[in-house]
Amino acid sequence: MTAAEKYVAAAYLVVFATVLAYVLIISLKLVRLEREVAELTELARARRVREAAPVG
Amino acid sequence: MVAAIALIAFFAPEDADQGLSQKIFYFHVPIALTAYVCFGWGAWKGLLHLWQRRPGADLESYVAIHQGVIFGALTLVTGSIWAKISWGVWWAWSSNQLVLFLVLFLFYAAYFMLRFSVEPGPRRANLSAVYALFGVALIPVSFLAIRLANDFIHPTVFTSAGPQMSGRMFATFCVSWAAMLLLVGTLYHVELAGKRLDSRLRELRELLA
Repeated sequence: MTAAEKYVAAAYLVVFATVLAYVLIISLKLVRLEREVAELTELARARRVREAAPVG
Repeated sequence: MVAAIALIAFFAPEDADQGLSQKIFYFHVPIALTAYVCFGWGAWKGLLHLWQRRPGADLESYVAIHQGVIFGALTLVTGSIWAKISWGVWWAWSSNQLVLFLVLFLFYAAYFMLRFSVEPGPRRANLSAVYALFGVALIPVSFLAIRLANDFIHPTVFTSAGPQMSGRMFATFCVSWAAMLLLVGTLYHVELAGKRLDSRLRELRELLA
């Protein structure tokens, strides 16, 4: 592999790795948001059960 | 993106002068132009925020500038690698275009320091929008610097006489730029959707608490 080939490969790898890291960060954030949605759904469900329960 | 890589590898001819290293051009220049587009888009959204008080324009401006800074960093890194092959150095302070692009990049990198030093709310949105608008003035300066200053180090491919490359090279460049715009557009919408969802969930959490 020539020096030029190494540098060209490095340039393309940097771009690829950056996009990959970005997508990974976004996907981790989506996982967190999904977990939060599940927590809030549980919270809303518990509240509905509490409100529907007879007082006293 | 796959089509662009295929064209770069198999369709675009090798440059007679620079050889294989010129292939960096097909990613480096589209990434730089895409960074300009992102900064311009961020400034436009900032203007819409200040002018029409459009809801969500501040967040859109922020996301566009965030993408612009990522693409700006990639421009500097890929350009630096190309400089090492072509000029034998990683950076040339004597090149006006390089220095002005670095100034533009640092200016927008400082945007985040300003934004996160102010409490969330209308003041933060207004200051960020004004800052984004000031930065957009640097884009034509950065773009035209090489033409105005007769920079002999950084090559000028797009002149008033048209693109200085063969038809196959220009076609590959156009496909690469289209791919880059498509990529940034997709990432912009995904990040924006995530941020909107995040803020709505926070609101919902407060309502349910």
